[in-house]
Amino acid sequence: MNLTPAMLLLVSLCGYAIGAAGGMLLLRRERPANVWCFGVAALSGLSGLLAALLMLAGGTGTGIPQFELFRPLLPYIHFSVRLDALSAFFLLIVSLLGLAISLFSLGYAKGFFGRKNVGVLGALFNALLLATTTMFVAGDLWLFLIAWELMALTAFCLVSFEHEKAETRKAGVLYFIMSHIDAGCIILGFLLLFQASGDYSFTSLHDIGAKMSPGKRDAAFLLFLVGFGIKAGIVPLHIWLPAAHPVAPSNVSALMSGVIIKTGIYGFTRVCFDFLGTPPLWWGVTVLTVGTISAVLGVLYALMEHDLKRLLAYHSIENIGIILMGLGAALMFLHTGHPLLATLGLIAGLYHTINHATFKGLLFLGAGAVLHATHTRNMEEMGGLIKRMPQTAFFFLVGAVAISALPPLNGFVSEWLTYQALLQGFGTTESLMRLIFPLSGAMLALTGALAAACFVKAFGITFLAQPRSAHAEHAHEVSLTMRLGMGLLAAVCVVLGLFPTQFVRLLDPLTQQIIGQQLSAQLSLANGLVLGSLTAKGGTVSTLGLASMALCLLPIPFGLWWVFARKTKVRRGPTWDCGQRGLTPRMEYTATGFSKPIRMVFKALFQPHREVQREYDFSPYFAKNLRFESHVEEVFERRIYRPARILILRASRRIRTLQAGSVHAYLLYIFVTLLALLLFAS
Amino acid sequence: MKLDLPAIVAQTALLLLLSPLLSGLIKNWKAKLQNRRGARVWQPYFDLAKFLRKDMVVSEHASWIFNFTPYVLLLTALTAGLMVPMVTAQAPLGLFGGVLALVGMLALGRFFMALAGLDPATTFGGMGSSREMTIAAIAEPAMMMAIFTVAITAGSTNLGQIVLASQRPGWEFFDPAHALAFAAMFIVLLAETGRIPVDNPATHLELTMIHEAMLLEYSGRYLAFMEWGAAIKQLVLMALLANLFFPLGLAADATPAALGLGLLWFAGKLLALAAAVVLVEFTNAKLRLFRVPDLLSAAFILATLALVSTFLFR
Repeated sequence: MNLTPAMLLLVSLCGYAIGAAGGMLLLRRERPANVWCFGVAALSGLSGLLAALLMLAGGTGTGIPQFELFRPLLPYIHFSVRLDALSAFFLLIVSLLGLAISLFSLGYAKGFFGRKNVGVLGALFNALLLATTTMFVAGDLWLFLIAWELMALTAFCLVSFEHEKAETRKAGVLYFIMSHIDAGCIILGFLLLFQASGDYSFTSLHDIGAKMSPGKRDAAFLLFLVGFGIKAGIVPLHIWLPAAHPVAPSNVSALMSGVIIKTGIYGFTRVCFDFLGTPPLWWGVTVLTVGTISAVLGVLYALMEHDLKRLLAYHSIENIGIILMGLGAALMFLHTGHPLLATLGLIAGLYHTINHATFKGLLFLGAGAVLHATHTRNMEEMGGLIKRMPQTAFFFLVGAVAISALPPLNGFVSEWLTYQALLQGFGTTESLMRLIFPLSGAMLALTGALAAACFVKAFGITFLAQPRSAHAEHAHEVSLTMRLGMGLLAAVCVVLGLFPTQFVRLLDPLTQQIIGQQLSAQLSLANGLVLGSLTAKGGTVSTLGLASMALCLLPIPFGLWWVFARKTKVRRGPTWDCGQRGLTPRMEYTATGFSKPIRMVFKALFQPHREVQREYDFSPYFAKNLRFESHVEEVFERRIYRPARILILRASRRIRTLQAGSVHAYLLYIFVTLLALLLFAS
Repeated sequence: MKLDLPAIVAQTALLLLLSPLLSGLIKNWKAKLQNRRGARVWQPYFDLAKFLRKDMVVSEHASWIFNFTPYVLLLTALTAGLMVPMVTAQAPLGLFGGVLALVGMLALGRFFMALAGLDPATTFGGMGSSREMTIAAIAEPAMMMAIFTVAITAGSTNLGQIVLASQRPGWEFFDPAHALAFAAMFIVLLAETGRIPVDNPATHLELTMIHEAMLLEYSGRYLAFMEWGAAIKQLVLMALLANLFFPLGLAADATPAALGLGLLWFAGKLLALAAAVVLVEFTNAKLRLFRVPDLLSAAFILATLALVSTFLFR
C-alpha cells in the first residue's frame, strides 16, 4: 500500500475523533480510558507526523493534497482540507507534540485516578488535538473558524479541569473571555477579506490584499494582530496566559504552551504572508516592536515568579516575542523589496516556532513530572530533586539549555538566524528606521541573558542542593512513559540544534510557496555541516562543529588528570558552613533571593511591594519575630486591566436596568427593533 | 575557509599557556603599583600545578553538575578562544562560528558555573550565581551593541571578516564609532572578567565576592580547571578587543617570520590592554553591587552612540 500524506492525515484526524469517542464511552473505567485515549492520541500524532514529514521532505514538486471533510451542507459551505507546506509545517509541530505529550500522559493521568474523571480528560485532550490539527489544515474559512472556536472551547474545558479550586475557575473564565475577544477580531478581519474575494476558500484569498483599499487592509491587519496576538500571548494582550497555563493539568499546559499559542503564529503568518499582500512599512515595524517588548517583558516577569509553571508560562510570552521579531523583520524586508532577507527572517521565526514548541513542551512536561512527584508548584519547597529524579532532571536541563539560547542546542540556532536577519536588515534602508534592527538585536541579547539567569534559577532551585520540604525529600522518579515523552522531546531539541541545515531544507517548500524563494542551498555550506547567512562573507555557524570540537579537546583535561592527578583521592565532605556546624535547607539561596538583584535593577518597572514587620525588645537588629512579604504585580494588570474591569462592571450595572424582568418592556424592545430593521431595510 | 589543524593545535596551546601568564602579569603589576613586591609573574602556573596534584573534597550535597562544570568551563573557554583571530587575521575555527557563537559558548560556561554555585547548598554560592547572572544579563546588550557596530561596518559576524574589513585602507581607530564601541567593550571586559570596579578578584570576604563565591566549594584539579578556564576567558576577551579595534601587525601568511612578528604584535597589544586594566583597577574602588548597572548602562549608551555615529559621520 502506498502511503500518501492525505491518507495519513485522515487517519490522524479520525484517530483523534475515535480517541475522543472512546474516552466518553469509557467514562466509568479509568484504566482502560487512560490507555485508550492517550494510546490512540499517540498513534494519531505519529500518523500526522509522518504526513507532515512526507509533505515537507517531498520538496516543492509534490502536489498539495486537498479533500472535502464532509459533503457540503449548503451549496456554498465547504469543509475542505488543504495540506499545503505552511499547514504541513504546523501539522508537524502539533503531531510531534501530540505524540510526546500523549506518551507522557499515559503515566501522568494516573495521578488523577480516583480523584478526577480520566475519561473526560482523555476525551477532551483528543478533541483539542483534533480541533487544532483541523484548524492547521483547514482550506477554507468555515472549517478554520469552526475548528478555531472548538479549540478555544475544549481548551477552556481543559483549563478548568480541576475546577474545584477557585484559582482555576478564575483563570478559566479569563481565558474564556479573552479567547472570545480574539475570535471576534478574527471573524471581523476575515469578513473584510471575504468582502473583497467573495469566496471562502483559502486559495481565493491568496494575495487578496492587493484588491482591498489601503484603509480596509490596515484595519484587517490590526484586527488580525489583536486577534491572533491574544491567542499567541503578545504583550499587553497576554494577561490570560500566565493565569491559564499553570492551572491546567501539566500535559495540557505543555500542549497549550507548545502548540495552542502557535495557532496565533500560524494564523498571523497565513494572513500576513499569504493573504494581505505586500505590507506597508509600519506593519513590520509594529510587529518587530511588539515582539521586542513581549520578549523583554516576558522574561523579566518570568524572573519574578517562583511558581514553576507560571515561570514557564511567562517564558512562552518571551519566545512568542522572539518569533515575532523574525516575522516582523521579514515583513519589513518584503516592504523594502528584499525577498531573500524576508525569507531569512521568516525561516528564523518559524525555526524558533518549532524550537519553542519542543523545549517548552519538554519543560512543561518536566514541571508536570516534578508536580506529580512533589505535589507543589512552588519552587521554594523544592530542591535536591536531581538525586531523586535523575532522568527528569537531565531532560529538564536539556530544555533549560535550549531555551536559554545556548549552543549547541536548538534555541541558539534560531536566535542566531534572527540576529543575522536583524543585522543584515540594517543595510536595507537609508532611513533612521534602520536603528530598530540593532536595538531589537540588543534587546534580544538582553532577553537571552535574562532567560539564562531565569533557568539557572529554575533548574538550580528546583533540582539542585538540599530539599527544602518534606515533599521534595520524598520525591521519586516518574514512570517510564512519562520519561519517554520527555526523552523524545529532548532528543528533538538536540537534533534540531545539531542539524540546522538539514532542517532548513524542510522549510524550502514553505518559503517557496509564501515568498517564492528557497534558501536551503544558500544557507548550507560545507556539505550541510555549516549554517551560512546569505552573504558570501557573512557569519557562519556550526553547532555540530562546535560540539565535536569541544569533544576533541576533552583529552586536555583528561591528560592533565593523567599526568598530575592520577593518584589523588576524592573525599566527600560537608559543605563549608563558616564553622557553624550544620547547614540546613533554610540557609540555602531561595528563588526569590536569586532574582532579587534583577528585581532591584528593574525596580522602576516592577514596583515591588515589600513589607517587613519586626518584633523586638531592645534593638531592631535582634528581632524576636520577623514577618516579610514581597510580591510583584504586573504593570498591565494594575494600569489597564483592573481599571477596564471596574469600568465594564460599572457599565453593565447601568445597562442591567434594561433587563428588569418585565415582559411588557421586552415586547417593546422587540417592537422597536423590528421597526428599526424595517426602516433600515426599506 | 577550511579547518587548519596545525593552527587549531597552535592556538589551543597558545590559549592554555599564555592565559596564566596574563593573569600573573596583571596581579604582579597591580602589586607594584600598590607598593607591594607581589607574587612572581609565573605564580599562576605553580598554583595550577599545585591544585592539580591536590586531593579533592566534594560537598556531600553536590550532584554530577558539580563534577561536570569544570570540564564545561574549560572546554567552552577553549572553543570560544579558537574562534578569535589572535596571531593571524583568520581564526582557526572561524568557519564554525563567529562572534555570536563566541558569546554563546562563554554563556554556556557561565550557565553551568552558576548552577555549580547553587549545587553544594551553600548560601555563598547562590549569592555568587545570582549576582553573576544579573551582571552578565545587563552587560550582554552593551556587548552586543558594540559588536553590532563593528559587524555592521564589516557586513559579517565572522571575526576574521571583521578584522579583514578593518584592515582595509581608510580605517582608523579615532573614528568616533570605533572609539565609542571600544570604550563600551572595555567596560564589558571589566565586568565579564570580574575586575574592579565590578568584582574584586582579590577579595576573601564572602559577602562581596561574585566569581570567587561560585568557586568556593571547589578544590584540587576541579579548582585548577575552573581557574584556568577563567584565565582563558580573560585572554579570549582581551584578544577580541585587541584585534577587533587595533588590527595591526596580524600575520598575513604562515611563514615563521610573519608568524613570529604577529605573535610579538599580539603580545604587545595584550600588554597594553593589561596595563589599562591594571590602571583602572588601581585607580578605582569596587562599586556597590547596585551601582554596577549604572556603569553597564553607560556602556550600553556608549555602544548605541557608536552605532548611531556609524551613519551620522559618513
